[in-house]
Formats: sequence, structure tokens, C-alpha cells
Amino acid sequence: MVEFVLIFLVITTTLLVVRVVYVISQSSKPIRNRSQKHLSTLVVLGSGGHTAEMINLLSVMQKDWFAPRYYIAAATDNMSLQKARVFEGILDYKGADGTQFMQIYRSREVGQSYITSVGTTLLALGHALWLMVKIRPHVILCNGPGTCIPICAIAFIFKVLGIRWSYIFYVESIARVKRLSLTGLLLYKLHMADQLFVQWPQLQKQYPRAHYVGRLM
Amino acid sequence: MEDVNNHIESKRTVFVTVGTTSFDSLVRTVDSDQVKEALLEKGYTHLVIQMGRGSYIPKKSSGEDGSLVVDYFTFSSSIADYLRSASLVISHAGSGSIFETLRIAKPLIVVVNEDLMDNHQSELAEELAERKHLFCARPQTLCQVIESLNLDTIVPYEPGDANPVAKLINKHLGFPAD
Repeated sequence: MVEFVLIFLVITTTLLVVRVVYVISQSSKPIRNRSQKHLSTLVVLGSGGHTAEMINLLSVMQKDWFAPRYYIAAATDNMSLQKARVFEGILDYKGADGTQFMQIYRSREVGQSYITSVGTTLLALGHALWLMVKIRPHVILCNGPGTCIPICAIAFIFKVLGIRWSYIFYVESIARVKRLSLTGLLLYKLHMADQLFVQWPQLQKQYPRAHYVGRLM
Repeated sequence: MEDVNNHIESKRTVFVTVGTTSFDSLVRTVDSDQVKEALLEKGYTHLVIQMGRGSYIPKKSSGEDGSLVVDYFTFSSSIADYLRSASLVISHAGSGSIFETLRIAKPLIVVVNEDLMDNHQSELAEELAERKHLFCARPQTLCQVIESLNLDTIVPYEPGDANPVAKLINKHLGFPAD
């Protein structure tokens, strides 16, 4: 019995590792045959400066290709969704093409103690999972800070499990000149983003897999 | 802003903004006699302070004795209007405030908050200061920076362009390039 369980564990672990390696190797490869005309897009809004950068990027993207759009911001951040609504020209809960605005619990607020942040992190993860099950986006656009980590982690698990293949794009904040943020570093090291952009050439030199094609601001 | 319309030509306002948080050491510094003296010396007439959630309350002044006219508020939805009417902006190091000010080409002194835990904020201010788009200070060096302020050295900031990033994303997803 014990041997059976052991063999089962070894096989599933091996399969899982193979799948994870496959997912990582396939990420960062461009789509060859895209069947959909529109890709549902999840936009994770950071706060203040992060949101301003994201709106700048969205303003040059084809709205009908990236539709419907789901905007997510931290529950404590009242400004970001408002800015997104103004950008979309939608003042209601829902737009005509299904564009939606949602709030998400944050895993950790500035200054929160590490002990209480265990509980809030679990809550944030659960909430992120619930939203991701509902949305299952084809494209995820994010630019930090931490709010996007649970989303990207769940998206990665969805890829591994074959639930949904999401393309993840991360743009490091223009405020990061010399080093990646913790969020950027995690996504870079774990190969979670299809494309990771930085906004300063000296940063790209340190992280060769990152892209530098100019600044958003 | 209501009592100054009659001598608008001579009005030169310094706008101080701390953003959504608090930055008492900056507000306290700009409210010091030393800094106000230095600003007056440089020809500024008004000082407007957006103090955010800070607990230090600056002293209001109507400037009757030839001193700086000082006013403050906590938050406003029209920060853009204050920026536009300012002759000099003194800002915290948040990227939002920095680029909002640079975009309208106002002289800018960024003051780095050294009390912040993860102080990556100074990176951006120092990089942009090196490129001569703005001046960078700490609360304790602000007075010196104002005294030696030379606006002629400023190199105008060329706004970035998001199109190349969007193009790479489109290409990755197999959308037509143009």
C-alpha cells in the first residue's frame, strides 16, 4: 500500500514538473494560430503612478482586440478604478462590451505587521482565485505593485492545469531605475510573464530577458 | 487664490505637494523661516502647501509685512490646476507627481522622503536630476537647493511613448503590426 502511494506520488510529481517546465518554455513564445478576434483582458491597476502608467499604455492599445476588459484594483484604492472609468468613458458598473471594474483584497497594506498579513494574504489569494475563475482572461496586463502577484500565480497554475492559457505582460514601473521591484523580480525569476518590460536601458542590461523599448511616461 | 487677482503679474507661486500620504518633515521644512526667506529672495511671492495626511500644520500668512503669502490644504481634486498656476513645484518623490509636473514643464524640486522603508523612490528622482530635468533634495538640503537654484540649467523632459510596448504585445499575440 505504502509503495503504491509512493509510486503514485513520484509519477504525479514527475508529470507536474514536466508540465511546469513545458508551460515555462512555452511562455514568452508568440501565438502562432490565434482563433479569437478578441482577447478578454484583465488589467491589474496598482495605484497612483502605476495606474497612470497603465492608462498611458492602454490609451495606445486597440480596444476592440483587447475586449472585454476587466479592471482590478486594491479594495483600499478608490482612485484607480475611477481613473479607469474615466478612461473607458463608463460611469456604471458595466460597459456595453462587457468591460467591468472590480476590487480585490490586498495581501498586505503598507505598515501592516507580518503576523496579521498571513491571514490577509490567504484572504487575498482566495479572493483572487474567485475572480480568476470567473474571468479566466486570455491576456493579463500588470505593472505592480504586489496586487498582481496572486493574480499572476493563479494564472500560472491555471496554465499548468490546462484551465486557461493566459498571456501575461508586466511593465516595470518607471520609478525602478536600478533594480526590479520585488514583484518584477518574482515574475522575472519564475518566468511567469510572457514579456517583461523595463523603462530604463540600464535595467535591461541587468535583466537580459526583459524588454526595453522606451518609457511610458 | 481669490484676493490676488489684482496683482496677478507679480504673483509667483511655489506649490508644495506631498501626494496621498504624509511627509511632515517636508512640510515642516518649507514652513521654516529659512526656506521662506530663501524663496522670497528668489522672487517668489506665494507658498501653497498640499499637506496630505500629515499632522504638522503650517502657519498661514497673508503676507502683509512683505513676507511670503502662505496657504495650505490637505487634499484637492484639482492638483493639476495648482500645478499649472505655480512658478515652482516642490514635490515628494512619487512618480505620479513628478511626471505630471514635468509634462507641463514646470520647474521642479523633488524632495526624497528618507523615512520610507523601501526607499526606491530616490532612484527615479536622482536619475531625472542627473539628466537635468529636475532638482533633487532631501528635507535637510532643500534650503541650499533653493538658494542655489538656477532654472536655466533645466533640460525639458521629452514625454515617453507607449506605442513600442503596445506593438511588441500585439506582435506577441499575433495581431497585425499596424
